[in-house]
Amino acid sequence: MKLDDLINGKTEWLRGEGPNSNIAISTRVRLARNVAGHIYFDHADEKHRKETLETLLGAMKKSNFLKNAVFLNVKDLSAVDRLFLVERHLMSMDHMKEFDQKAIVLEEQEIVSAMINEEDHLRLQVIKSGFNVMEAWRIADEIDNELAKRIEFDYSNKFGFLTSCPTNTGTGLRASVMLHLSALALTGQVLGVFEAISKVGMTMRGFYGEGTEALGDFFQISNQVALGHSEMDIIGNLQRVVKKIIATEELAREKILKSKKEEMVDRVSRSLGTLKSARIITSSETIKLLSAIRFGSDLGLVDELETATINEMLLLTQPAHLQKINGKKIATHERDIKRADLIREKLGVEEK
Amino acid sequence: MKCDICKDREATVHLTEVVNGSVNKLHLCEECAHDKSEEMQSHFGLTDLLTGLMDLGPSMPDGDMGQDIDVKCAGCGLTYFDFQRSGRLGCGQCYETFEGNLNGLLRKIHGSERHVGKMPFKNDEAVKDQEDLQRLKNELGELILSEEFEKAALVRDRVREMEEKLEG
Repeated sequence: MKLDDLINGKTEWLRGEGPNSNIAISTRVRLARNVAGHIYFDHADEKHRKETLETLLGAMKKSNFLKNAVFLNVKDLSAVDRLFLVERHLMSMDHMKEFDQKAIVLEEQEIVSAMINEEDHLRLQVIKSGFNVMEAWRIADEIDNELAKRIEFDYSNKFGFLTSCPTNTGTGLRASVMLHLSALALTGQVLGVFEAISKVGMTMRGFYGEGTEALGDFFQISNQVALGHSEMDIIGNLQRVVKKIIATEELAREKILKSKKEEMVDRVSRSLGTLKSARIITSSETIKLLSAIRFGSDLGLVDELETATINEMLLLTQPAHLQKINGKKIATHERDIKRADLIREKLGVEEK
Repeated sequence: MKCDICKDREATVHLTEVVNGSVNKLHLCEECAHDKSEEMQSHFGLTDLLTGLMDLGPSMPDGDMGQDIDVKCAGCGLTYFDFQRSGRLGCGQCYETFEGNLNGLLRKIHGSERHVGKMPFKNDEAVKDQEDLQRLKNELGELILSEEFEKAALVRDRVREMEEKLEG
């Protein structure tokens, strides 16, 4: 598999399937691990960095879950490729800064991926479509066990798995679910949800955009506490909290359908109209409009577009993806034109 | 729309800043946004949050005594003072070296300083085989009770096989 294959590939979470997929886009589980007896990346010298890289690559290549995986050195990737992986949530911004002795591991469905020599020696990630925390955890847990047969991880009986940043110490686990909460956003309830979950060791942030302004109403809910609770407790808590948020969103959707159906039909039709006719469009406008269409489609107000197509468009219209599709670096303004072109093509607009 | 900073290039990045409770919207071009984001990162980040927590360190009400911040970790050479600045530890040994200071910090972050989750997986074949054997025996019992003798015979053979393996 090559990196370019990911664009037309088999990415599992883009399918828009799985439990509660009308509201839950994807579930993510991340485990942080370090190789015992080796200094963490930020403080390590070249020799240590190389050793941990080789140890981890060696063990991962033998994993049953990674038979169809690619192992890439970050330094061999172009700037666009690196950003491309960031847009797909397969790489952190930090991981693309210093390149030497860093690697990225990608399984072809993008369910399993890993960053080697990020802040921790290993950041293992599992992404599943929909609301599927248990399944994502199960896969991560099995790979972790598989790796532990070959590598001794940094672990203390008192503190658990040791990590570079003390916020991850203990389980090294961060589990999150990405939710599309348009009804809660429209009815002004997002802040209430945010306040409620921060009291139970969870956090919520906008997926696109900065600060409180969550573009397109996509929010990521995740655990903040990693120590003093077992993995099952952390996952159970997240499941309960997310279930509750989904139920609240569903209730808000029902109410909106009863009281404001015409407004919603208007909103989704206008959004579709704009996307079908725009010649120049920014990334943020695209996210807002696609969000409105997804919402309308989940409410059963339009049946023109599959969820998978909307998910795909959200990803393909981002800057590095556009540049990758066009096979060259493109400046901002031209990108906005190419983006509009791509959208019209995906929506099946016939060009005159 | 033109960029708010250089007033020249087209604004493509839209930021909302909340400063002392008042909302401030910024429309920036890519280049100015990049500079701005570096500036913002240097203003406030996770490191500041951690440092904020650490500042409370020695005066904790539960009597947890802070250690000297100049002690060096033998594993990587990091001092607690270095950690306070970067928010990142240097190696596994740091957790032993700075235990006195970390106890309080971890409690503030997680509400606990004691791990209760999974332990690293040990490839203990014998333990696994014993578990499998017990499972098969249970299955055998159930099959006999429900009078599914053909299936039971198959399971019985596997139990024998397993017992031989474990004894041998």
